Amino acid sequence: MAFGPFLLLALMEGLVTAAVLALAASGLSLLFGVMRVVNVAHGAFFMLGAVLAWAVDSVVPAPPALAFLAALVIAPLLVASLAAVADGLILKRLNYDPEATIVATIGLLYMIQQATLALYGPNANPVTAPFELRLQFPWFGYSGYKLFVVVAAALVLLALWAFMTRTKAGLIMRATQVDRTMARAFGINVDRVYMGTFALGAALAALAGVLIVPIQQAHYLMGGDPLLLSFIVVIIGGLGSLRGTIVAALIIGLSDGVISMFFSPTLAKIIATLLVAMVLVFRPQGLFGAKA
Amino acid sequence: MGESVKPFALHLALILALAVALAVLPPYPATMLARILVLAVFAMGYNLAYGYTGLLSLGHALFLAAGVFAAGLSAQFWGLSAGPALLLGVLAGGGMAAAVGLLALRTAGVSFMIVTLMFAQAGYLTILYFGPITGGDEGFTLPAASRVILGFDMSTDTPRFVAALFLFAIGLLVSLALVRSPFGRSMVAMRENEERSRMLGINPFTVKLAALVISGLYAGAAGAAYALLFGYAGANFATIQYSILPMLYVLLGGAGTTIGPFLGALLMFVLIEGTSRLARLWPVLEGMDYFVIGAALVVLVLFAPRGILGTLRERGLKWLP
Repeated sequence: MAFGPFLLLALMEGLVTAAVLALAASGLSLLFGVMRVVNVAHGAFFMLGAVLAWAVDSVVPAPPALAFLAALVIAPLLVASLAAVADGLILKRLNYDPEATIVATIGLLYMIQQATLALYGPNANPVTAPFELRLQFPWFGYSGYKLFVVVAAALVLLALWAFMTRTKAGLIMRATQVDRTMARAFGINVDRVYMGTFALGAALAALAGVLIVPIQQAHYLMGGDPLLLSFIVVIIGGLGSLRGTIVAALIIGLSDGVISMFFSPTLAKIIATLLVAMVLVFRPQGLFGAKA
Repeated sequence: MGESVKPFALHLALILALAVALAVLPPYPATMLARILVLAVFAMGYNLAYGYTGLLSLGHALFLAAGVFAAGLSAQFWGLSAGPALLLGVLAGGGMAAAVGLLALRTAGVSFMIVTLMFAQAGYLTILYFGPITGGDEGFTLPAASRVILGFDMSTDTPRFVAALFLFAIGLLVSLALVRSPFGRSMVAMRENEERSRMLGINPFTVKLAALVISGLYAGAAGAAYALLFGYAGANFATIQYSILPMLYVLLGGAGTTIGPFLGALLMFVLIEGTSRLARLWPVLEGMDYFVIGAALVVLVLFAPRGILGTLRERGLKWLP
């Protein structure tokens, strides 16, 4: 293959990564924006989404497309309920203290991972894609499902944006983000907003997990890389800024695709992690954030 | 006993008790205790940064791994003997901490946690990237010839136990002396109120950097000792898990207490060993050690943020250092 088509393939792979990443990272970014907490268990919610998608897929006796559709609804809902419970039992009692929350969510991550290992086992299991479609380019064939992932992620992000800017619930969340004391003074139940935000963030991660599982098999340790990359994206995009998160996801996803294709995936990750550390040190508001 | 003698007596008694335990225990638990002592040195270093200075780092695995690989690689490729290899490991840990600290200490709180986490992750990936040299995920076994200190072979039990205890005793006494020194008080001042100490003429950056470097020296020593005593170096020492473990030990034993890190390490080992014993009866518990670690973290931050010794100190034992 010549260089051009090769680059095109790398960019398309990168676009898929970017789409999934934008979805997962927007959840993390939402949590940080509204609640000012960092959720280390975010990758575990992503993994749970994928594993639950597999479970639904193997339980529901329906054609792949319907089973997948069911998973797309059920998995994020289950993960969101789990997150809401965790919020009520743990994070609320910590008063959302930033450092204690990180320690507690590390504990949560270990517990979810290990419980999944015990119930689901150490194997990686595939889920059939909801449809078989192969797009034939002059140089290579490409999976239609992967492009569907990009479109689906874009639609979800659009819906999230509309929710945050056009609905009353979104308005309340933004009000809490700007000033939680004032929001409380105006009669907003901040505890409920936090629980809802935490559940929504987890659901977004789970949704990303469901979308990725026909491409990448479900495995109990699959949450590590998305967690790290989501961190990177959220920080580079400016903590709490949805637009910045999406731009950063595109940059990181595409460059990850290109660097992984032409150099090595490990090198791509080394560069990205160091970049993130430098951004936090020298430009804490992120590359696109207005101010901290 | 006077108030200033009590702590010294307590620390000496602990070291003595450990010496007796190592002498009388059967080989398997004694080896485990030696492992605990080396990891406790790592946790003591973490405690100096977190417990006393208030620097909550998620990147200490990097300093540990610097020690492991400085000792391991120099033994492997340059045929360095154990003494110099250990020294090199200590310096590597401190040097790495200085490099990270110079950048990371420009941030604080959550940013500091993430920056240190990212540096450690980059270090881990770098070790994997240079897999042909470092052995990558598999790691490598140290050559037997390099594991000899002053004529004593560290691959045999007695010298290994003596070396572990010796390192632990030095670490413990140095940290006791340090936290009782004027510099130790400046460290605590950083934790309690950085702005006020700045007004009193202490430069926060210098104190925090020094504390982090000392912490790195401990981590490097523990890493190098682990490699030399147990004969293995591997990328797993650089994983985030090895940044979490010392935090867990310190939180459990009591942050900002000199003996807390050891107590936490000991209890965690007992807890995990207990779980795997139970797993022989109930196979459901098979490999649940991480679940135990996770649950311990959650329970500690929720119900006992001061840890065991911190709570004891609050309840009357005020002299606990």
